[in-house]
Amino acid sequence: MALDLRFPLGLMFVILGAIVTAVGIFKPQESLGIDINLWWGLVLLAFGAVMLLLAIFGKGGTRIKTGVVLENPEHLHPPH
Amino acid sequence: MHILADGSHLLNLGRVDYLIFIVYFAFVLGIGAVIKRFIKTGDDFLLSGRSVPAWIAGLAFISANLGAQEMIGMSASGAQYGILTTHFYWLGAIPAMVFLGVFMIPFYYGSKARSVPEYLKLRFDEKTRGFNAFSFAFMTIMSSGISMYALSALLQILLGWNFNISLVVSALIVLIYTFLGGLTAAIYNEVLQFFLIVLGFLPLALLGLKDIGGWSGLMERLNGLSLANHYQPQTLTTLYRHLGSPHDNPMGVDWFSLVFGLGFVLSFGYWCTDFLVVQRAMAANSMGAARRTPLIAAFPKMLFPFIIILPGMIAAGLSYHAAHAAAADPSAYHLPMKNGEFDYNMTLPTLLGHYFPTGMLGIGLTALMASFMSGMAGNVTAFNSVWTYDIYEAYIRPGQSEQHYLQVGRAATIFGILASICAAYVANQFNNIMNLLQMVFGFVNAPLFATFVLGMFWRRSTGHGAFTGLVFGTLAAVAHYGLTLPLGEHPGVKGGWLLFGHAPLHVYDSGMAQSFVTAAWAFSVSFVVTLIVSLLTQRTKTDEELRGLVYALTPRIKEHETRFLARPAVLGAIVLGITLVLSIMFW
Repeated sequence: MALDLRFPLGLMFVILGAIVTAVGIFKPQESLGIDINLWWGLVLLAFGAVMLLLAIFGKGGTRIKTGVVLENPEHLHPPH
Repeated sequence: MHILADGSHLLNLGRVDYLIFIVYFAFVLGIGAVIKRFIKTGDDFLLSGRSVPAWIAGLAFISANLGAQEMIGMSASGAQYGILTTHFYWLGAIPAMVFLGVFMIPFYYGSKARSVPEYLKLRFDEKTRGFNAFSFAFMTIMSSGISMYALSALLQILLGWNFNISLVVSALIVLIYTFLGGLTAAIYNEVLQFFLIVLGFLPLALLGLKDIGGWSGLMERLNGLSLANHYQPQTLTTLYRHLGSPHDNPMGVDWFSLVFGLGFVLSFGYWCTDFLVVQRAMAANSMGAARRTPLIAAFPKMLFPFIIILPGMIAAGLSYHAAHAAAADPSAYHLPMKNGEFDYNMTLPTLLGHYFPTGMLGIGLTALMASFMSGMAGNVTAFNSVWTYDIYEAYIRPGQSEQHYLQVGRAATIFGILASICAAYVANQFNNIMNLLQMVFGFVNAPLFATFVLGMFWRRSTGHGAFTGLVFGTLAAVAHYGLTLPLGEHPGVKGGWLLFGHAPLHVYDSGMAQSFVTAAWAFSVSFVVTLIVSLLTQRTKTDEELRGLVYALTPRIKEHETRFLARPAVLGAIVLGITLVLSIMFW
């Protein structure tokens, strides 16, 4: 088993984004006429979601497998 | 840094902000705990088992550099020096990062050295390795301690937290995840931190720009500020036009000390030889990935000025306006004052407090804390490797089992953190973090770059030559620092300690100019001495032993099977091209 970094990365930003968005919705506060919590919270949420989707459905090649050297892109090309 | 006398503090947090801290630290520690399961050997712990993909290594590479001096220091410099601060990026980082990826990584990675000092051992001899290993170990502990000190001092001012408790808690968090997960945990957390910083500070730059009236509003205010400080109007908004004399710009530098001192010696000395960053490339999973590591890192590095320096420039512009507006608006942003001058170090935290409500404030502060803590973790993991491979295995107990060195690596983490805490209290004595760090970099890395250039590209250079060059280069730095002073300073931490009451040999317009020229001397002396002593001494390594370590004796890497856009030279050319365009745009 390996830990795909995109998974904790995505999960963390989904949680943080949800928290910040919720603050924006339930306690709207404007700086310069923008509810920055709401809008940037959604950006964080979207980033987290994309990372999670990539972790679940994306192609490999970004997994760390400690102790084993795998997935060397240079070697994936067929010899000419 | 100062403490407000009445125990008050600058920012008020809501419960949500604490919740955000808790979520982040839960992930940081959780990653350490999960990765522990994959660690079986010393190489797993200290080198991530050479299995990290390029994009992770690249983002960790840039993140390891985003320590204490970067976030606070560069936004402070942005407020003080305007766009000139960008020289630390486009001139003082990108070319060296490209050089590292294209020309130097093949020797670092190909030699199978596990650390920078170990490369020196393979290429030269034991004493050159020892010199570098001990000075690097000292430097990492100092840097880690400075990060800890700066974080705790900042938390005290911002949030009113107790200095000692902040110090111990942050040290404990770093200790736990580096102890459990070693380099891999540090690298993973550096990537989390990278995205937190980008996504946490980008909205700050955007809100600031909106506040100041867009780009044209910023330029107008900064031109006003340049004039008010008796400079030419565009001094704070152009890169190269006011470098003819050190008196023409607030950095107090001329183009020669900037280009040679910063752009060549300090920059290449740091990026190409500092094990803290090079270690991330060494952990990559293939030669191609290792070479792409600094090149992938160069893309965000190139764009960081827009999220780190730009807010500082906006802060300066808004403060200038607030001071000169007919009817001052008390709710407008202005830089805090300290002893009658702007307290530039508070630029970034006060901007956070001004623009971010509870919620985003938690994100911004988490990003700030993360940058300090990964600065610590980066230093501690680099220290572990050098201690275990280059000091313990080399001099204390060679030839032990993998399991033994894993235990030693873990033990070194605890020792490194404890030593860093001591260093943090030492750093408490010094006021200007930036200056102290640059002094240390000037001593350690500048002469070392001469050693590497000659070692990698000239097979005739010898161990005696390299060692003598390093010693004399370091002495030259000490001597130059000891015999000169920045304008208006007295002998002491800022230099001049060899004067004994005599007048300084030269008075620089700023401490920055003094460090640039110190580095230039250290490099030049090291280069010339290495050259001369090498010619006077016998080679001790045969051509066969130097295969893979020296340019002329290493087979060229065949690129025709690599995808065009993944080739290091192509990536490097793209990064350099964009940097050149940006430099011309703001010429």
